[in-house]
Amino acid sequence: MAVIEIDNLSKSYRVYQKREGLWASIRGLFRRQYRDVHAVRSISLRVEKGEFVAFLGPNGAGKTTTLKLLSGIIYPTGGTARVMGFVPWERKIAYRRRFALVMGQKNQLWWDLPAQESFRLHQQIYRIEPHQFQATLDELTELLDIRKLLSQPVRELSLGERMKMELTAALLHQPEVLYLDEPTIGLDVVAQHRIQQFLKHYQQERQITIMLSSHYMKDVAALCQRVVIITQGQIRYDGSLSGIIDRFSGQKLVTLTLAEEAPVDGLERFGQVIEVQLPKVKIRIDRAQVPKALAAILAQHAIEDIAVEDPPLEEVIADLFSQVQKESAVEPEPVAAE
Amino acid sequence: MYARLSTWWTILSISLQERFVYRGDFALGTLMRFLPIVTQIFLWSAVFSAVQQKRIVGYSYEDFVAYYLLTMISRAFSSMPGLASQIGYQIRSGDIKKYLTQPVDMIGFFLLGRIAHKLAYYTVATAPFALVFFLCRGFFPGWPDATTLAAFIASLVLSFLLGFFLEACMGLVGFWFLEVSSLLFVYMLLSFFLSGHMFPLDMLPPTARQIVLLLPLHYLAYFPAAVFLGKVQGMDLVWGLSLQVAWTIFFALLSRVLFKLGLKRYGGYGG
Repeated sequence: MAVIEIDNLSKSYRVYQKREGLWASIRGLFRRQYRDVHAVRSISLRVEKGEFVAFLGPNGAGKTTTLKLLSGIIYPTGGTARVMGFVPWERKIAYRRRFALVMGQKNQLWWDLPAQESFRLHQQIYRIEPHQFQATLDELTELLDIRKLLSQPVRELSLGERMKMELTAALLHQPEVLYLDEPTIGLDVVAQHRIQQFLKHYQQERQITIMLSSHYMKDVAALCQRVVIITQGQIRYDGSLSGIIDRFSGQKLVTLTLAEEAPVDGLERFGQVIEVQLPKVKIRIDRAQVPKALAAILAQHAIEDIAVEDPPLEEVIADLFSQVQKESAVEPEPVAAE
Repeated sequence: MYARLSTWWTILSISLQERFVYRGDFALGTLMRFLPIVTQIFLWSAVFSAVQQKRIVGYSYEDFVAYYLLTMISRAFSSMPGLASQIGYQIRSGDIKKYLTQPVDMIGFFLLGRIAHKLAYYTVATAPFALVFFLCRGFFPGWPDATTLAAFIASLVLSFLLGFFLEACMGLVGFWFLEVSSLLFVYMLLSFFLSGHMFPLDMLPPTARQIVLLLPLHYLAYFPAAVFLGKVQGMDLVWGLSLQVAWTIFFALLSRVLFKLGLKRYGGYGG
């Protein structure tokens, strides 16, 4: 049975539209204009136990809204969702004991006190047995290498250290489902890498179900077997990372190494020449045209080497996102928000 | 039950530790509490020497000083500095999510936090309070009897709870109006007069007095002081305490309702 079952889940809300300037502000005191934001539009999704699913999408695509719905912070305007059999927005205590939510931009620890104290509080509110608490804490502090930071006030920790503490706090009660909203936002590359390594290891070991939202491709590529691309509140893609390229990129990247370092004309006929660094030339060619184009090129030019590759994933996704944004610029009304 | 008590104890002890982090601010805040009373005493001594009367509306100079000193004790229990704005801020900033996703009750959590605040305050303030009362012992008619003293203590404890729930309700209005500071300002202004912080409420003309003594605010300063001074006795005392219990329950329930409705709205709006 699926741990997370989402059917036709939708969320829209009204936001106050303020026009520019003082006069508009004064008018806003009496009459307000609102705009409907369709943050999530009829999403359906099944997540099995032990899956690590990434939500990928541009800002305002509905990633965070979906995670908020699943953690019960907000109610949907339509559709249903069940997590481990619970309806999230009923906020049953039994449900709260079995999941955790970590938001990269929100702090859940006591700011002025050492993280240790926050952990002790979690032990109490989640009713964690002392020996289990100690064992889990030891394991997490070991994995994240934070033992010596435990007694330092949270406000004195760096962003990366703080995120490690947040994760520790969230995992102390051994949640079966973990929601991560942009957990590596604002972190440097080393810290990002550490957190990714940790999550990967922990998830594999414990077989917990994780839903991660991010717009960092690196996070996703390092961690998730399954990627859900969401734009404008709708699911555009659900599958493996490598499948994204097959699905959204109709082109291949062909690198030719010419036999002589002399400029070659006429390559534009086959596709878009994107880089010329003699003797190498990079051309983007429609996938269907690749065999024919290669045959023609080989017939006409002296070629030393040929490499045919998929375009980089980042590029494919960036293309996809910007394409969506262009579409939404044409379509004026529904602008999604997180 | 044991688990619950132990949770409460942990919240309490952590709140206490947090309270002692900023020692300087804390100590200064505690001592500054004594300043207003000094100005009040000077004010009334000036008034008395100007009007050349022994009594004003039944109050002698000594009575005034005793009254103000006692309201200071009431307010040491009932005042909740920053509680409403703290709740308002949690709503606005989204920090409130923590209480929706973790198995902990927000109002209960804040209540324990405030108990910790008060405990921290009393440990530091008891000595200066005792000193001031010792120095001013001449202004008091003497120790009240055991019943009055017990009623005084009961009314103080209730005034703490009433003050907490009243101010929590103010803060929870933040679910509807994101900014609660002007509402708080109005509340503080009203409270200053209607709680008896400004002047003893039995100086009011009979009709006004009757109305004011039905309102919850007078329990925050006037009522405990009046009980100590023996102004409320017999059936009046029973009635007064019962009404205080009723108001406390009313605001405790109101805060629950506001929290529930507020969350509904919050959840509808996008968090």
